[in-house]
Amino acid sequence: MVVFLIIIVILVAIIIILYNHLVKLNIRCNNAWSQIDNQLKRRADLIPNLVEVTKGYAAYESQVLTEVVNARNQANSMSDMAKNSEEVSEKLNNLFALSENYPDLKANEVFKNLQIELTGTEDKIAFARQFYNDTVQHYNTAIMVFPNNIMAKLMKYKEKEYFKVQEDEKEVVEVKL
Amino acid sequence: MILRDVRRNKLKTGLIITIFFVFITLLIYFVSLFLFDNIYLAAAIGLSISAISAFVSYYNSDKMILSINGARPATREEFLQLNVSLESLCISAGLPLPKLYVMETDALNAFATGRNPEHAVVCVTTGLLKKLNKYELEGVLAHELSHIKNYDILVSTISIVMVGFVSILADVFTHGLIWGGNRDEDSRASIILLVVGLVFIILSPIAATLLKLAISRNREYLADASAVEIARNKEGLISALTKLETENRPMNVNKATESLFIVNPLKGKEKDSLWSTHPSTVNRIKRLQNIQ
Repeated sequence: MVVFLIIIVILVAIIIILYNHLVKLNIRCNNAWSQIDNQLKRRADLIPNLVEVTKGYAAYESQVLTEVVNARNQANSMSDMAKNSEEVSEKLNNLFALSENYPDLKANEVFKNLQIELTGTEDKIAFARQFYNDTVQHYNTAIMVFPNNIMAKLMKYKEKEYFKVQEDEKEVVEVKL
Repeated sequence: MILRDVRRNKLKTGLIITIFFVFITLLIYFVSLFLFDNIYLAAAIGLSISAISAFVSYYNSDKMILSINGARPATREEFLQLNVSLESLCISAGLPLPKLYVMETDALNAFATGRNPEHAVVCVTTGLLKKLNKYELEGVLAHELSHIKNYDILVSTISIVMVGFVSILADVFTHGLIWGGNRDEDSRASIILLVVGLVFIILSPIAATLLKLAISRNREYLADASAVEIARNKEGLISALTKLETENRPMNVNKATESLFIVNPLKGKEKDSLWSTHPSTVNRIKRLQNIQ
């Protein structure tokens, strides 16, 4: 009888420990994600200001940038969002490269500050993304190993998507010989 | 590796606080014994003053260090690039955002202080902001963030304030010794004062040395290595250290705080010796280049 009770107590303890461990990992992933999300939102908030300032110099590029930023709302998977984010980064870089041709734009105090802020946001997204992907990798491994996988199934925890463009979606660059 | 260092640093802080607690208690005890001629009163005064000083240095040492070096807050409006760089490095290091200060001087230097990552301060000189580009600046900031992450700031900051406190007490005591010797006719009390005074005059430099040993030069190497991990770029820090070595000039800082800075603020160039607070910059650059 006593042995039976002890076994039950040990089992319950194991279940509690497993449960808490998985919950903690899940929360950590969500926090890591919100860090990326905050920076993406911040960038989306800053871009209209940039478009406003650069309108007179690079109307077409500003227009394209606005469209790419707005396309963000249609992304419904992590991979799409990552793809959109990369696209925005690319268009931003184009715009900044173009601004090199306009000395009076480069001297504009508002533009200068926006450039610092946006370049900083790009760095933050890159760092936050690495942090998130590391966290997700940790989580995905944890829910797959025994006995966590049984627990994860009961808790309906699923594998999480990385914040990166999936390999098969990347455009294949043809090399002509 | 880092976790082990954090634990060791917390232990070291405990040890330093305990040593100074005993030290200050004894000192005040003897002074009060001489003044009031009552063991219990003397013990009570001694214990309470040292308890207060330990408490104050734990909670306020960062503010004291900032104010004796004349630092002022670096607002986002005035120093945008500096703030943005620090924010992104904090995301990389997984640290809360420390308070940011600047010191108005042409010298190139930086330091971090505080008691834990939640109450940390990073301070850079305005000369540094003028001379370094974005990547170099991020290398320096990442170095300071690693001091915060490893809890180096707690050890160094607390020991600086406590050593400072002891030297002030010893100073007051030495003066008391000189004046007291002239007018005091009670030979027994004079002798006690003389002996205690001598002990403190001898112990103060030892306390200062203890501080320098506690903040070993290896902390700088370790912080350089973790800085590369945080900034994901070693070229920035290497080129920043080179500038700090070649274009630097001595700056006006309080001598007690010299060990806090990224490079020694008082001397221009330095070779590794038993008593130096910082490893030579040339050696640091060599070690950085060997990473990976």
